[in-house]
Amino acid sequence: MESLAFLMQGFGTALDPMNLAFAAIGVLLGTAVGVLPGIGPALTVALLLPITFKLDPGGSLIMFAGIYYGGMYGGSTTAILLNTPGESASVVTALEGNQMARRGRGGPALATAAIGSFVATLIATMGLAFFAPLLVKVAIQFGPWDYFGLMLIAFVTVSATFGSSPLRGLTSLAIGLWLGLIGIDQLTGQARLAFGVPNLLDGVEVTTLAVGLFAIGEALHVASRHLFNDEKPIAIKGSIWMSRQDWRRSWKPWLRGTAIGFPIGALPAGGAEIPTFLSYTTERKLAEKPEEFGQGAIEGVAGPEAANNASAAGTLVPLLTLGLPTSATAAVMLAGFQQYNLQPGPLLFVQHPDLVWGLVASLFIANVMLLVLNLPLVGLWVRLLKIPLPWLYAGILVFACMGTIAANPSVVELMMLVAFGVLGFIMRRYDYPIAPVVVGLILGPMADSALRRSLQMSLGDPMVLLQHPGSATMIGIAVFALLAPFVFKGLARFRQDED
Amino acid sequence: MTTPTARGLHRPTLVIAVALFALAFITWRDASAMQIRATYGMGADAASYFVALFLALMGAGHLVAAFRWGDDPGPTDWKAVGWVALGLGSLIAALWFGAGFIIGSTLLFVFTARAFGRRAWLADLALGLILATGIFLLFNKLLTLSLPMGPVERLF
Repeated sequence: MESLAFLMQGFGTALDPMNLAFAAIGVLLGTAVGVLPGIGPALTVALLLPITFKLDPGGSLIMFAGIYYGGMYGGSTTAILLNTPGESASVVTALEGNQMARRGRGGPALATAAIGSFVATLIATMGLAFFAPLLVKVAIQFGPWDYFGLMLIAFVTVSATFGSSPLRGLTSLAIGLWLGLIGIDQLTGQARLAFGVPNLLDGVEVTTLAVGLFAIGEALHVASRHLFNDEKPIAIKGSIWMSRQDWRRSWKPWLRGTAIGFPIGALPAGGAEIPTFLSYTTERKLAEKPEEFGQGAIEGVAGPEAANNASAAGTLVPLLTLGLPTSATAAVMLAGFQQYNLQPGPLLFVQHPDLVWGLVASLFIANVMLLVLNLPLVGLWVRLLKIPLPWLYAGILVFACMGTIAANPSVVELMMLVAFGVLGFIMRRYDYPIAPVVVGLILGPMADSALRRSLQMSLGDPMVLLQHPGSATMIGIAVFALLAPFVFKGLARFRQDED
Repeated sequence: MTTPTARGLHRPTLVIAVALFALAFITWRDASAMQIRATYGMGADAASYFVALFLALMGAGHLVAAFRWGDDPGPTDWKAVGWVALGLGSLIAALWFGAGFIIGSTLLFVFTARAFGRRAWLADLALGLILATGIFLLFNKLLTLSLPMGPVERLF
């Protein structure tokens, strides 16, 4: 119960009036930006990163926690009222939520999403506080080979196993790894793919990549399409409160969603997509009235929304304890940490326990603030959806470019941002997943140096990776996860041929 | 296996395949030019060779897929994309020639609004100017970040 004492101490830090103010600002900004159509949590965090540049690490991390959770809440509002999910994890929420809104039940849909998010986040953050110290104890004994194995799993699960097409996912990952090569190698000082451009020697900034791919890419994509589909936000009619029946139908999906979301998020299994889809199918199977699914079943909002938020809190477990980002949002968060020269991982818990536990405590506080903000004030956020599309995207682009040149005032950086925007546009157009690029950029160099450290320690013997049971198991899992979709697909095709 | 449609090769997939091969080639060339060698195990070039191989494999995959994938990305409003590109280009040009953040961002705002179908140039110009000036004042004065200066910025 050592962690409980630390957590209490963390609350001491987080309840400091100044830090409370930071949390409140973070929550407000996070919700406001997250509500905007086409902007998911990853982009919300990336766009708001420059605002926290000049604050002290403690305060800005706390603000960050608020932005992260706020972006998650805001994203579900857009999915329900506008049917334009900001990221793949809200796709499922949009399925039933938008149907509910069309049938005049937008209020209860928003309410069950907000309360479900609150319940899930509360439980999952408790899980984080409980499991993180245990994992830190294990992780502190990890050798570089173990880290290499873990990263392999993360690569494969993020890109290959669950995407619509493994070839597209792996291609995204390859591009991310390629971008990760650019710059000076940490171990030898060798420049890779810099082509003599001084700006490239420092490598590609994660925030520049994320903002380019998500914000600029999205703006270009929406510009190319908006003539052909015109979504208008649906006004909330009737009571926003949930009826007694809504409560009865919602509470079990919340808990089940949490139970599905947290472990999957906490494992390096990548993203909130899988748990939301799993939760959706589970609820459809267990529902009293399965025929309502597709027409606005409240269970189909409650479960996936809870799963989404629980897995978001879950991804903080590998991020904080191992320094491993397993989703685009986590990758951007990691960039935020690195901005203050903090390297998440087991050592962070030892060296800066006040920071880590202050952050965890503020996650609890941000969660409560968000429930208060979202339930009564949801009407206010909905107004943001009424900003005309031209001004909205013009504003997003101005803000996105501003963030990049504020962080690194150079024309070359801006050109890179635009180039990544074009890349993001092409990827969106031809249906390539974007998260593997961001994860590849961050994890690529980390995996490279972990592998080379292992080989240095074994004097060049590659068997070192297989001699340690931990790394051997993890590499086995990664290989299995990489080959499984191809094998199963092959089997399926084989069977079809038999017919 | 079903036979591919009569349209034959899927052009975009083919282009992506060629781009991936090109990237793989550049990476391989870059790796083979590296000077620093590691004492034990792998040097800095090993990862480059790996990524080059990976990219080439993906390129080969796309080459095969070009015969199978046929999904059309749907209608595209290239004019709108062009307007956004013009906006981004103006911001880059503004910074390149030292016209400053406010002028560049205002142009970006106006052209992007045009891309999404607005034609009220004057109103958008005013709104963009207010927004850009607001952002500049907030970040340069309040948060002391340095946004690029130009003639307009020096007035403050």
